[in-house]
Amino acid sequence: MPQIFSRSANLLPTLSLLAVAGGGIAAILFVWYYFSPEYTDVGYAPEQPVAYSHRLHAGELGINCQYCHTQVENAAYSNVPATQTCMNCHNQIRTESLKLLPVRESWATGASIPWVKVHQLPDYAHFAHNVHITNGVACETCHGRVDQMEVVKLVEPLSMGWCLECHRQPELYLRPNDEVTNMGYVQPSDFVSRNLERVRRENIQPPTNCSACHY
Amino acid sequence: MDDSPLFGADLSFHEITEKVSSHTEKKTPLAWYAAFSIANIGLMILLVMIAYLFWNGIGVWGLNNPVGWGYAIVNFVFWVGIGHAGTLISAILFLFRQQWRTAINRSAEAMTVFAVICALVFPGIHVGRVWAAYWMLPIPNQMEMWPQFKSPLLWDVFAVSVYFTVSLTFWYVGMIPDLATMRDRATTKIRQRVLGVLSMGWTGANRHWRNYEKAYLLLAALATPLVLSVHSVVSFDFAVSIVPGWHTTIFPPYFVAGAIFSGFAMVVTLMVIARKVYGLQDIITISHLEKMNIVILLTGTMVGFAYITEFFMAWYSGVQYEQYAFLNRAFGPYAWAYWTMMSCNLFFPQFFWFKKLRTSIPFMFVVSILVNVGMWFERFVITVTSLHRDYLPSSWDYYSPTAVDVLTFVGSFGLFFTLFLLFLRFMPMVAISEVKGIKPEADPHYYDGHGDGQAGNALPTPAPGASTTA
Repeated sequence: MPQIFSRSANLLPTLSLLAVAGGGIAAILFVWYYFSPEYTDVGYAPEQPVAYSHRLHAGELGINCQYCHTQVENAAYSNVPATQTCMNCHNQIRTESLKLLPVRESWATGASIPWVKVHQLPDYAHFAHNVHITNGVACETCHGRVDQMEVVKLVEPLSMGWCLECHRQPELYLRPNDEVTNMGYVQPSDFVSRNLERVRRENIQPPTNCSACHY
Repeated sequence: MDDSPLFGADLSFHEITEKVSSHTEKKTPLAWYAAFSIANIGLMILLVMIAYLFWNGIGVWGLNNPVGWGYAIVNFVFWVGIGHAGTLISAILFLFRQQWRTAINRSAEAMTVFAVICALVFPGIHVGRVWAAYWMLPIPNQMEMWPQFKSPLLWDVFAVSVYFTVSLTFWYVGMIPDLATMRDRATTKIRQRVLGVLSMGWTGANRHWRNYEKAYLLLAALATPLVLSVHSVVSFDFAVSIVPGWHTTIFPPYFVAGAIFSGFAMVVTLMVIARKVYGLQDIITISHLEKMNIVILLTGTMVGFAYITEFFMAWYSGVQYEQYAFLNRAFGPYAWAYWTMMSCNLFFPQFFWFKKLRTSIPFMFVVSILVNVGMWFERFVITVTSLHRDYLPSSWDYYSPTAVDVLTFVGSFGLFFTLFLLFLRFMPMVAISEVKGIKPEADPHYYDGHGDGQAGNALPTPAPGASTTA
């Protein structure tokens, strides 16, 4: 009987087996990375209604985070400051600046500035700023070097796995409470053992059960 | 078993090839289109119902507070159970050298694969947030979240997916020599090429046969534990919980017996039709059907024995909740379902004690359908009656399915028959090479002696050429 396929067709079964196995692994890896917030969300830097520069205010001028985000220590929700907070200074400084026009308008009319939220969590995940701040999780740990950002940008994935990394090993991330708003803080060389000691002393037990955040 | 020949008529090798492969080669008969259209309507119903479900959420089903598991799990267990006959026939009967299996094993294996596909639909669509259905599988993800390895529902995922993979491989590997036969008969270039790819370069060489038989034996050995394990794991979905009526150790063997019972009934239903329509009465004989009916009788009696044992254990345990659960089954609001199950599964198969009845085609057709009705109701009774009156009498309720529930189930038959009709049309529906292999002529010594098949008797008589002249 004549041959239907050429000799090289003998490779086909092996190749297709490899393709199936390799394709399966590739699909898993693809979903693992490309469907994760690390790929889809990190780098999100929307244009804001006012070209407010954290680099200038928090970086060069050295204004503390909590000057504006006042409730971060006491409330679950970290507030975006009211227009009044801007005007504390800007009724004296740069009162004629065109860039600040929307701020003055907001102040005059009482309508809020429509800031665009950068760090979004899903509705079914609850996060409390106060608990984290008072247990030594720094602003920088989740929000990155805001003092160097012209426009605020999402630098961490804020995914569940990312949360769990710290909840499982808090000693690798905590710092003393008076350093939480410090940008560019350098951990001392023995920080892990210090943190372990603190975790034991203060009985810090970050929950990893479902209902810790999903309730 | 009697020694009657497995094949009524004396078909030659060529006639077997001809009879089986010609159905895939001739022009598609009109009746096939008619059947296929009906099956497709069913499939469409299924797809529309699934789309409706996805759009609206599982509120469109009849689930209520105590009955959180309804049609979806009932249908899932029903379809997985049907699949068990295929594995039993192809693996266990193969290892036990039950040669009568060759007439039916191909279609039973096909039935297994398609039934498992139908079964897999239900856990896939019942999760509410369907886009998260992949959470059932242990795939690394950004949540660093893994399935609950202590849950029998996860064991189920593994059991059924392994079962599907092995059944599919088994079915396909067994088909390779027959696909090659069909390839060699192909008249068009495309057909030859497609079948050529599917038959993986089979030439019928000695080495090919040796590898094939070894692979088939290994697969049979691998699949054998699955016959017992898969439905045992399915039964753990219930038995590992602490609901009275579910929490019993008898569940695994009882589920396995029930699965084989329903699977054989489905094979009988399908084969009675297929052998008639495709003129395969010489290959799938009354003797084969009778043997399957004996299996139905045996497993049906085992299942019935389990039903009665459950009652005994409820009484013997002295636990009032357990006792109530079973009394409620038989005499509560779902008594109608319970007695449907009892009569279909325990009572009707008993008629197969009579040879006249178990060899009667119309009778076995009716009973085989009743058995599957009964087996569906068995899962319904187990699931719903145990749940609808739970520990808290204030939350007792009556569960009734909605139209969406019923139509989804009806639609799953559409999916099943669509696949089965495609199989009948395009694949060798009987294992040609295996059927040939059990013919007397396949015995290497058949042509010793007089060529009359009496190889054993050839010894005392002299060989034909050398004998008579002296």
